[in-house]
Amino acid sequence: MSQSTHVPHPDLPPPSASTGVIGWLRANLFSSPLNSALTLLGLYLIWLLLPPALNWLLFKADWSGSDRSACHGEGACWVFIKVRLDQFLYGFFPAEERWRIQLSWLLAVVGAAPLFMKRNPLRMPSALFMLFAYPLIAYGLYTGPLFGLPLVETSQWGGLMLTLTIAVVGIAGSLPGGILLALGRRSKMPIIRSVCVVIIEFWRGVPLITVLFMSSVMLPLFLPEGMNFDKLLRALIGVVLFESAYIAEVVRGGLQAIPKGQYEAADALGLNYPKAMGLIILPQALKLVIPGIVNTMIALFKDTSLVIIIGLYDLLNSIQAAAVDPNWLGFATEGYVFAALMYWVFCFSMSRYSQALERRLHTGHKR
Amino acid sequence: MTASAVTPGITDKVMIEMKGVHKWYGQFHVLKDINLTVQQGERIVLCGPSGSGKSTTIRCINRLEEHQQGQIIVDGTELTSNVKHIEAIRREVGMVFQHFNLFPHLTVLENCVLAPIWVRKMPRREAEALGMKYLERVKIPDQAKKYPGQLSGGQQQRVAIARSLCMQPKIMLFDEPTSALDPEMVKEVLDTMVSLAEDGMTMLCVTHEMGFAKQVANRVIFMDRGEIIEQNDPQTFFNHPQNERTKLFLSQIISNH
Repeated sequence: MSQSTHVPHPDLPPPSASTGVIGWLRANLFSSPLNSALTLLGLYLIWLLLPPALNWLLFKADWSGSDRSACHGEGACWVFIKVRLDQFLYGFFPAEERWRIQLSWLLAVVGAAPLFMKRNPLRMPSALFMLFAYPLIAYGLYTGPLFGLPLVETSQWGGLMLTLTIAVVGIAGSLPGGILLALGRRSKMPIIRSVCVVIIEFWRGVPLITVLFMSSVMLPLFLPEGMNFDKLLRALIGVVLFESAYIAEVVRGGLQAIPKGQYEAADALGLNYPKAMGLIILPQALKLVIPGIVNTMIALFKDTSLVIIIGLYDLLNSIQAAAVDPNWLGFATEGYVFAALMYWVFCFSMSRYSQALERRLHTGHKR
Repeated sequence: MTASAVTPGITDKVMIEMKGVHKWYGQFHVLKDINLTVQQGERIVLCGPSGSGKSTTIRCINRLEEHQQGQIIVDGTELTSNVKHIEAIRREVGMVFQHFNLFPHLTVLENCVLAPIWVRKMPRREAEALGMKYLERVKIPDQAKKYPGQLSGGQQQRVAIARSLCMQPKIMLFDEPTSALDPEMVKEVLDTMVSLAEDGMTMLCVTHEMGFAKQVANRVIFMDRGEIIEQNDPQTFFNHPQNERTKLFLSQIISNH
């Protein structure tokens, strides 16, 4: 048998009709008669809806002025938002103390910035600052006495500031709470497991609105005479417990997706339970459930508007309150559009951040 | 290479002692009266049909499985439900799995240094030097910064071996280390194991690689239905099997290869 040498076939470029702009249009918009028809229909709908929407929102809208007379009625009247903006952002927080909120927001942006950038030496200090120092600073700034500032009652808090406070406390509290509940539910110890199952199933089984209502109206009835604590604090505790139950189930899904071999490998190396969980299992499980966690957090962010049931005026509720002001009757649409925009900006940012996080934590092959 | 190529560095020190070990999975009796003494430096191959309890046997040695009856003493410490004892034994017993079980969220080097740092409390710098030493030993130091998902199966299994060695164990357990590999990668893993055996590591290996058994083992154990049927030195075991069941098994293996 004679030996032959195999010469590999050279790589050829793909056919030109499948690349470039033409190739993209063909593959994505006009790949079949039906898809072509849908593409054209889509374009027609955009043509139909977009110009009037833009006209109302931007081109024919009223931007300048300081009272109702500035509104001419053709497009949106953003003067309403402009005039009431402080109320939407800070609620009834005294005007001369609003710098405290602004400072807290500035600190959050500056303090957390390194976390959103590529690997840099400030990441760790920034994380520690946001985790431990910031909550205390924000608490001090918002309430006052801790820093020797005048006291601002939580009943005066409102607007976006209240929305953000509830959402951030809810998120920051429910994540560790949820992780602990999820681990507890998978524990081999029957008492811990049953306690966690009961907590999760109870809090997941009641509507948030009921939780808030109970915390505000019912709880004081059970507390001894004279013992009373802040309404907002009660609502926050309710929100954290409620969200913990949801996060727990999301995290449990991630824990169950980790192959048994990972637990065994961690055990075989001599890692004890906290180390095996903290170093091996949770980093992988949490990465897997980022979409689910962020989903829950976005839902929480929007659910904060339910605090109206206990008389707290968050972003949406202060807009609603302004819209029924006799001086500004008829401008609710502008208010709701503004509210939608604000909620969307925050929720969309969370969504983008989670996607970036997923990409950064991806270590395997993309197949 | 013949069996004599491996220098027998077996000492009198007993590393593992299993006395009358029984185990059940529910009603199913997986291990029946296992008695096994392993001396320091011994290289033992466990073979047998699937479901015969060979994996379960070695998994009992580091308590990945719990035995319900009998005694297992590893390096002088008895395995009971005492968590401190279990952790102490796991520090001294390395294990290599069929499916590698590398940690996919950590780089190859991080996989290797994790346990030395967190279990042995070794400073990171020292642990990394150790990790690189063992990655060189399994011949993949150049992959240290990659993630397990970027390596071939054979490379992953060698990383898994290096990861175990970084704990500087006294005993190594191999649970079918080549069964999940493509044929062309089996050799690189077996070569690593042979070199480990030559260094006098106490090894228990569940494998179907009879060539490896002949070359490296000083004792081959045949298990069937949860019992040790026969154990002997490889020459006697392969050339003059005593038990009918062993003969049948060996004839099946040879006709398959």
